Amino acid sequence: MTWDMDYALDSLPPILEAFLRYTLLATVLGSVLAAVLGLVFAVIRRAHVPVLAPLTTVFIEFVRSTPIPIQLFFMFYVLPSIGITLGGLFVGVLTLGVHYACYYAEIYRAGIDAVPPGQWEACTALSLPARYQWQRVVLPQAIRNVLPSLGNYVISMFKETPFLFLISIPEMVRTAIDIGGGSFRYVEPLTIAGLIFLAASYPSSVALRRLEHRVGHA
Amino acid sequence: MADLQFVPWVDNLLGGLWVTIYVTVLGAVGATLVAFALGLLVRMKAALPRIGARIVIEFFRGTSLLVQLFWLFYVLPLLGYRLTPIAVAVVAFSLNFGAYGAEVVRGAITAVPRPQWEGAIALSLSPVQRMRRVIIPQALPLMIPPFGNLLIQLLKSTPLVFLVTVTDLATVADQYRAAEGNEAFIFGLLLVVYFVLAYLCTLLMHVLEARAKGRLGQREERSKIFAFRGPAAQEGEVA
Amino acid sequence: MLATPDTTSPEAQHGGSGSPLITFDKVVKRFGDHVVLRDLDFNVGPGERCTLIGPSGSGKTTILRLLMTLEKVDGGHIWVDGEPLSHMPKGDRLIPADEKHQRRVRTKIGMVFQQFNLFPNMTVLGNITEAPIRVLGKSRDEAEQDARELLERVGLEAKVDAHPTQLSGGQQQRVAIARACAMEPKVLLLDEVTSALDPELVAGVLNVLREIAETTDITMLIVTHEMHFARDVSHRVLMFDGGQIIEDSPPEEIFENPAHERTKRFLKAVLEQG
Repeated sequence: MTWDMDYALDSLPPILEAFLRYTLLATVLGSVLAAVLGLVFAVIRRAHVPVLAPLTTVFIEFVRSTPIPIQLFFMFYVLPSIGITLGGLFVGVLTLGVHYACYYAEIYRAGIDAVPPGQWEACTALSLPARYQWQRVVLPQAIRNVLPSLGNYVISMFKETPFLFLISIPEMVRTAIDIGGGSFRYVEPLTIAGLIFLAASYPSSVALRRLEHRVGHA
Repeated sequence: MADLQFVPWVDNLLGGLWVTIYVTVLGAVGATLVAFALGLLVRMKAALPRIGARIVIEFFRGTSLLVQLFWLFYVLPLLGYRLTPIAVAVVAFSLNFGAYGAEVVRGAITAVPRPQWEGAIALSLSPVQRMRRVIIPQALPLMIPPFGNLLIQLLKSTPLVFLVTVTDLATVADQYRAAEGNEAFIFGLLLVVYFVLAYLCTLLMHVLEARAKGRLGQREERSKIFAFRGPAAQEGEVA
Repeated sequence: MLATPDTTSPEAQHGGSGSPLITFDKVVKRFGDHVVLRDLDFNVGPGERCTLIGPSGSGKTTILRLLMTLEKVDGGHIWVDGEPLSHMPKGDRLIPADEKHQRRVRTKIGMVFQQFNLFPNMTVLGNITEAPIRVLGKSRDEAEQDARELLERVGLEAKVDAHPTQLSGGQQQRVAIARACAMEPKVLLLDEVTSALDPELVAGVLNVLREIAETTDITMLIVTHEMHFARDVSHRVLMFDGGQIIEDSPPEEIFENPAHERTKRFLKAVLEQG
């Protein structure tokens, strides 16, 4: 088995383009959706909103327990039948976003639980209304607590974007395989794809671990 | 509901289900072995095993499982290893989830309070005895919830094996879809099946945790065993 | 008819004038199977300063926490400034109070905690002005002006923009006192406010409290082990044991000549620790 450097370099541009246009974009959009929706879920559950809170719990548990590819397929085929025909990337971002929102909800919950009870009591002692209790005291501390974990899940979503190829999105890994299929040499394109993954995720992991240390000392 | 006769497909689906369970169980066993091996190696003082283990862990955690699967499937034969597709899948799962598991093992052992180590040393226990009889039994209850989460993630990753020509439950479902079956029905059904499987894993995890805690003299309430999973925000639950 | 608090008891004649500010009427509090307060009756008049002493678990902190609505009563009623706190009127009955009612009534009460509980994500100024702005509706300028004045009184004007983590325990507690006072409460609850401090920092905090006691007529309920402080500042000292008040006298009497054996033993043990 030999390494064909020219071939490898040739396959770099299309793979990189797929990375930026689909993989990275889907990760960013999906993470934003997940971060916001997850916070909504977490606050609903923690504040014990009647009806919504138990429904949210069941929903989260269901989504967390089922595979992303199946969810992708389900959304891909079910959404058009209820009138939403907005293309593969939309379905992909929506599915990943909702899926990860369920993980984020648990992380936010842990962060909220980690806020010392004394903080809640001080809010009561000052008669601070619930809205400000959450907005000004609890959530700022909760989110700071779990910033590293949130970051880890962004990296995690990034590494699950290859699933998007199942709904015909030409993301990075699919592109690498297509290139490989063209000449029946898969090693170079797949290795490049793998290296891009490492190049994107390893430094982020290291940065996150450093952030974790700093937050720990705060 | 289904415009294709569903009943003849039940056999295939059950076959696929069996494959899914088979890969999950073997993958879990492999991952546990890899996790303990790497987790203990990475804690050693000697530079070579420690750094070597660290590299392996970061590599498998930093790259996508899908890429690893493909890589092993296409590259291993070129290196002279002829494995069946299922074996490739099990190896990939073992390495990937084992790497995450290694961090869990490392973290749990580190979390055992320092005085326990000191007590064991004071009693002149050998390092192996220390680990086996004092440290690991106490680290076990801490490891089980994250391991449980990893197990469920492993289960959720099994659909990937269709890429390496293994016919699991998801593959059969896709065949059903390709044969003009009702997609919403079959994938909806699959979601329910995976949910049930995941819940069984959660049950198993709670029972194991209760037993591990029981051996330390900590009782667990019966009702907790049937509860849904707890927080996922722990070291180790990262896909 | 709404049950009215008893205003003819001896306690009501102490210290303050007229009807009591705070009334506990047959209050019961349980934690699981453990009954901490058993049909507790007691009153505090306006402007009175009462110190609650007694062994741990005797219910002193529970009383403060019930007043601050951090816990719910399991029986009986609590009245503050003529209004029910734990309950609210509905027609001519009393039903358990909802959050809105409780929030309104307890605005008159402030509390300083053993662990300070300052908000780490805000500056000192932010901590003190947050509630006056959000609850009392003060403008930011007005709130900040008042906050600076309070900080001056507790001797921390220089720390206006500091973060809680940059302050010593004693300084944090003084900020906490300023924060509680910024809400202009009628009642100040002090829950072992010096117990978490290094011995050298305790005096600073106690002096601030002495100054507040001397220059205002704010009602205070104090739980503390600092007996000298209690003696200097209180109108009444109440000895608790097993969820009951076993003695209730002015400081001179209770410290010189305690009536109960239990009080004697307790005071001996505490004062011996110096």
